[in-house]
Amino acid sequence: MPANLGLDMIRFLPETILTVVGTLLMVLEGLLGRRGAKLYGNLTLVTLAAGIGAAVYANSYAGPAFGGMLMVDGFATFFRVLVMVVGILTVLPSYHFLAQQDAETAEYHVLLLFSIAGQCLMAAANDLIIVFIGLEISSIASYVLAGYLRDDKRANEASLKYFLLGSFATAFFLYGVALIYGATGTVNLTAVRAALTGTDAPAPVFIGVAMALMFVGLGFKISAAPFQIWAPDVYQGAPTPVAAFLSAGPKAAAFAVILRIFMTSFGSFGAVWEPLVWFSALLSMTIGNFAALLQSNVKRMLAYSSIAHAGYVLVALTARSQVGTAAAMFYLAAYALMNVGAFSAVTYLSGKGERYQNVEDFAGLSQKQPLTAAMLTIFLLSLIGVPLTGGFFGKFYIFKAALESHLVWLTVLGLLTSAVAAYYYLRVLVMMYMKEPSDAVAAAEPLSPGLRAALVLPAIGTLVLGIFPGWLLNFAGRSASLVK
Amino acid sequence: MNLLTVVLLLPLVGFLVALAVPRSSEGFSRCWAMGVSLATFLVSVALPFRFAHGRAWDRFTVDLPWIASPEIHFHIAADGVSLWLVLLSTLLTPLCVLISWHSISSRVKEFYAFLLLLEFGLVGVFIAQDLFLFYVFWEVSLVPMYFLIGIWGHERRIYAAVKFFLYTMAGSVLMLAAIIYIYNRTQTFSYPALVGMLASGRLAFSPAEEMLLFLAFFVAFAIKVPLFPLHTWLPDAHVEAPTAGSIMLASVMLKMGTYGILHFCLPLFPGAARQCAPWIATLAIIGIIYGALVAMVQPNLKKLVAYSSVSHLGFVVLGIFSFTQMGLDGAVYQMLNHGISTGALFLIVGLLYERRHSLAIADYGGVATAAPWLSTAFLMTTLASIGLPLLNNFVGEFLVLQGTALAHFNWTAWAAIGVILSACYMLWMYQRVFYGVAGDEVRAHVSDLKPREWAAVIPLIAMMVWMGIHPQSFLPSVGRATARVLDQTSINVQFRVEARPPAHTLTEVARAR
Repeated sequence: MPANLGLDMIRFLPETILTVVGTLLMVLEGLLGRRGAKLYGNLTLVTLAAGIGAAVYANSYAGPAFGGMLMVDGFATFFRVLVMVVGILTVLPSYHFLAQQDAETAEYHVLLLFSIAGQCLMAAANDLIIVFIGLEISSIASYVLAGYLRDDKRANEASLKYFLLGSFATAFFLYGVALIYGATGTVNLTAVRAALTGTDAPAPVFIGVAMALMFVGLGFKISAAPFQIWAPDVYQGAPTPVAAFLSAGPKAAAFAVILRIFMTSFGSFGAVWEPLVWFSALLSMTIGNFAALLQSNVKRMLAYSSIAHAGYVLVALTARSQVGTAAAMFYLAAYALMNVGAFSAVTYLSGKGERYQNVEDFAGLSQKQPLTAAMLTIFLLSLIGVPLTGGFFGKFYIFKAALESHLVWLTVLGLLTSAVAAYYYLRVLVMMYMKEPSDAVAAAEPLSPGLRAALVLPAIGTLVLGIFPGWLLNFAGRSASLVK
Repeated sequence: MNLLTVVLLLPLVGFLVALAVPRSSEGFSRCWAMGVSLATFLVSVALPFRFAHGRAWDRFTVDLPWIASPEIHFHIAADGVSLWLVLLSTLLTPLCVLISWHSISSRVKEFYAFLLLLEFGLVGVFIAQDLFLFYVFWEVSLVPMYFLIGIWGHERRIYAAVKFFLYTMAGSVLMLAAIIYIYNRTQTFSYPALVGMLASGRLAFSPAEEMLLFLAFFVAFAIKVPLFPLHTWLPDAHVEAPTAGSIMLASVMLKMGTYGILHFCLPLFPGAARQCAPWIATLAIIGIIYGALVAMVQPNLKKLVAYSSVSHLGFVVLGIFSFTQMGLDGAVYQMLNHGISTGALFLIVGLLYERRHSLAIADYGGVATAAPWLSTAFLMTTLASIGLPLLNNFVGEFLVLQGTALAHFNWTAWAAIGVILSACYMLWMYQRVFYGVAGDEVRAHVSDLKPREWAAVIPLIAMMVWMGIHPQSFLPSVGRATARVLDQTSINVQFRVEARPPAHTLTEVARAR
């Protein structure tokens, strides 16, 4: 084992970097206080970029680490890079946001880094206990982030709600882990798989209960119905860049865990969990898309939309195939870009104290801020699923995988709910382009460089994924074959 | 890089450059759009001359791999039908630019950018030979039209734009499901490959499968056509759209639906298409008569023209589902005719609106004395629209009715009622708007055609006359394409429209029944 320590450390490098710099930032804050406001942000950006580099570097030494507790493969690398990209796209609009809310601290960035470190750990975990540790690191940091604006009542509510429900969900997950340990005597995913495929596999009922409990815990993190109730309140109450982060980062990491556990360990029990996921997928798409129709607050609307999008990814999981796993990976990447981008536009407009968050506040944005409006248009069209955007290809791959697995009804119903979804995204477009400017738009300041980057970069990414999706899909396809 | 690629890509390049133009230089935006669309048209004019005889989908083929897995190709080609529809799009776009020169005064840059993007999408729809690519263009053309209606439309523009978008979206998601299903069955999106597989028997759908796939495609197309009872988005969209939007919508976008039926539904699902033909023909006939009756009682000029479109497009669908050579030829010809004459109707109605700022028929009267040339142009268009011999619609309607009569005489009898009704509502409208004593408002505001407007009107009127007098300039290439479609629906029709021995007619009657 010690002989491999160097290799293990390389495979664990991204998490190490994030944690070390996070700790360093805490010290720096004590020394510099608010004078270092810009420095904290810049340092976080550099760290995340270094983390991405480390993840890619670690991928060239792919393999298990720490006695099989971590598994660094293409799949893990994909999600590590994804959550760190989400992190970068969260930090970029935060410069503007924190300055505007008069709340520039290093604490914000530290929490963000720790949360991302937890998500990286989840992405690479090959052991249920490591999954749990990663989940907790990620969650506890994000509970605090949700309530970062201490004086804001809504943020407090969001934080408390997220914390209480989240702890409950984690307990469910842990309960499931305990049952699995009881049944198989191991928490290592590969070993669990071996224990479950043999002739002396434990009773399906027992495993079924364990799987259901774990799905409850993870379903909460991805805000899949019927565990979605927290999402609208938390997204609405949390600071907007944090809401963007919550809607993409923890979700992607939790999906990585779900895909790995359900496709690896529980692969042989597919027939048992498929109806469960089928039902949850349909319910998420329906509840998400129909409830979003009624929302007037854009953050709430995006929250419901993110529930629906979790449903689409669950459709890919229901397909129970490598194509499905690859489709889910592609979709999560496309979704992260378009959703975080859309939230950045909300960050830009909402103003001090986050006053302007209603759909009406977007009225006339195209006349005052054509660039912001155009970028938001790209994100919304992508969320609708119009061709030449990443969202369209994501949906296309998911439903293609579903049809390959003969999930005809799920496909048809899913596509129909996605047509319903067009209505609420269009409402924002209508406001931006077809109405006279609102107070919010009139009061909006010029775009800061950070926000400009937070809008333009994901927009470019969305278009690239929409026009040349091949490279990412290839990578996802190759990585997906490792998860089994 | 052949001619067709140039025609497709010029508007896209134009769109991208138009986006980069600063907002303040409105004049440049206009001129740029004019220049690009005119250049596109001039290039596209060369297409029919280069359109040699031979295997129809080999013309101007470009087949480049786009995405490796699933295998999606950038595969475009023109056949005898899409060739003319492309020309129709490229002809109407510069006219739309001309007609919007002064009437669009806000957000000029975006308007012309969207118009060019629309042209790109429309041309693409008609030449895509890859099902996936077709779907991409199908949806891409939706976005600019949504903005054209929603930003520059009249009072209820937002309602109309959203309704238009949602109707089309709802239809097209099912088509997407069907396209994916076909790919999973065959591992290809290529239209020629699919047709080849069907012909050679390597691909065969079970009847239930075929019916569901047919319906998934057909509903998407029927919404676009629009076929009764899926037409309710159309009056709203037409009435609320700016003139250029109405023209592009009526003249070209509706043809996406009929083209889709002809190009995809019939060759790919022949069994289901024949099985559904009586039902669809019934809906088409209801549409013809219902559209005409509703048009008759409209107090609003644009709404009248919109409902007349429902009626006219009914003829196209009827012709397609007659499964006869003449019926199909007529349907395609009628698609082009409707593009020209209804485009002209919307154009001149737009000119009237610019002058009098009203679309209510009651606000007009006596326009003929105030603006004689404008009235003459409108009269020509009206006469063309009701199918006066020597003008374009006559040829199309005649072929459709004749073709339908060969198959089912009673369909023809019902559809012919629509022809009579169209004369009623169009002439009555003409009488109310242009004859009588001119009121003060009309006399004060309605002036005659200006040179710029002449330039927009003349090409369309010239086309009406040309297509009415010498249909042989267009029909032979159309006939080759439709003969192939018929061939694929397993009726082998050997003769052509221009040479039709009676014996063959009888055979065809027998086969069609």
